[in-house]
Amino acid sequence: MGIIAHIGRYLLLLKETFSRPERASIYWKRTVEEMDLLGLKSLGIVALLSFFMGAVITIQTRTNIDSPLIQAWIVGFATRQSTILEFSPTIIALILAGKVGSNIAAEIGSMRVKEQIDALDIMGVNSAGYLILPKIIASMFINPFLVMVSMFLSILGGYIAGTGTGIISSTDYLQGIQTGFIPYHVTYALIKTVVFAFIIATVSAYQGYYTRGGTREVGISSTQAVVYSNVVILIVNYALTQLLLI
Amino acid sequence: MIEVKGLSKRFGNTQVLTDINAVFQKGKVNQIIGKSGSGKSVLAKCIVGLHVPEEGRVLYEGRSFHDMDREEKTLIRQEIGMLFQGSALFDSLNVLQNVLFPLQMFATMSKSEMEDRARFCLKRVNIMDKDRLYPSELSGGMQKRVGIARAIAMNPKYLFCDEPNSGLDPQTSILIDDLIKEITEEFDTTTIVITHDMNSVMETGENIIFINQGRKWWEGSREDLLNSDNKELNEFIFASGLMRQVKKAMTGRS
Repeated sequence: MGIIAHIGRYLLLLKETFSRPERASIYWKRTVEEMDLLGLKSLGIVALLSFFMGAVITIQTRTNIDSPLIQAWIVGFATRQSTILEFSPTIIALILAGKVGSNIAAEIGSMRVKEQIDALDIMGVNSAGYLILPKIIASMFINPFLVMVSMFLSILGGYIAGTGTGIISSTDYLQGIQTGFIPYHVTYALIKTVVFAFIIATVSAYQGYYTRGGTREVGISSTQAVVYSNVVILIVNYALTQLLLI
Repeated sequence: MIEVKGLSKRFGNTQVLTDINAVFQKGKVNQIIGKSGSGKSVLAKCIVGLHVPEEGRVLYEGRSFHDMDREEKTLIRQEIGMLFQGSALFDSLNVLQNVLFPLQMFATMSKSEMEDRARFCLKRVNIMDKDRLYPSELSGGMQKRVGIARAIAMNPKYLFCDEPNSGLDPQTSILIDDLIKEITEEFDTTTIVITHDMNSVMETGENIIFINQGRKWWEGSREDLLNSDNKELNEFIFASGLMRQVKKAMTGRS
């Protein structure tokens, strides 16, 4: 199947997904469950990763700035900017594509090979809507919260690592994270997060929904979900950066 | 009643079904038999609308399924119950929730009425005490029973069973066959069973269609089956020594 055919089938799947739900109350219940499964259960890895990335950014920035002409607060500034602009929205999205994307593809893929999706279709349930829509809404709703937590913990990680190792003073770091702050950058990061959440949920669901075969194919779909989600995220990241920042 | 008229289906360049014509009668256990890969499951999937045939029509009480709009198809599908080969129970739901699922999606009844209906269906298939277990905690036979309970939850007019005995021991197979037969009579459903289990055919088959190489090769009752001189049908039926002995006992001929 060529790439154009895949894009066409992906768009048709989206059309099915967004058609009118049979019972809104059941969809809402599923959306809340998905928020827990896809969002809250990712909080641990996001927190851990963000804290240590912030710490590493701070240490690396400091060790690479030797010039006496550059002021120390630049370290805090660089940590904040790289966290808000790129690390939290994009790297966390890539991590979530690995964790959440593979989970979505494997879950829907195994439902496909076990004929559970056929069972839904025969009952008259819109299987695409029932299975995919709650995941999209849940991801688009919960991921911005994850990213905000990530931003906070990354900057905190930088502070603790910087001041704890003595490479930067508390005053310089705090001055740096406040200097030249542009609130729009947070908006930009959250817009990216919502778009990436949509990509992760839909690309992964697409891979799972069209799985054919058995457990081996479910594994392949799961891997493809991660790879394709990452590729699309990186391309869209470039496009959004150009659109929103320049 | 379900009628199939001139149905043909192919996947890519492979012709799977060719010009199938059949009538599946109400209140009877209609069986589609044939070797593995003969096209019987594809035929069933075309009938329930999971596959779209290239040619031909499927008529539900005279209404062509593939010409219906989306809403009409949804309504027809609510009248269909299907038991899958692997039961296709939802892993994340327990037994009671699986049976409740179609009711919650479509039925216009109160929560307690839905639960009563689900429990009635579970009682009907004798699995009342397992309602809190999850599919992974059930044996194959129990999963089939829950599958049947879910299939009849919406009081279907049409019941499809895809190889209901596969993977089951002979005793459980007979129980499942009996259950399908009883439900067909009790609810007056148009039942279509896809099988290659000759024991099941001889126990419950009332109107039998033999599919071979994607074509309808033979049609008749189970009594006709033993006396047919159709070469391919005989090769299929009497492949086992047991069936040859049955024929000898019933007809006196080998």
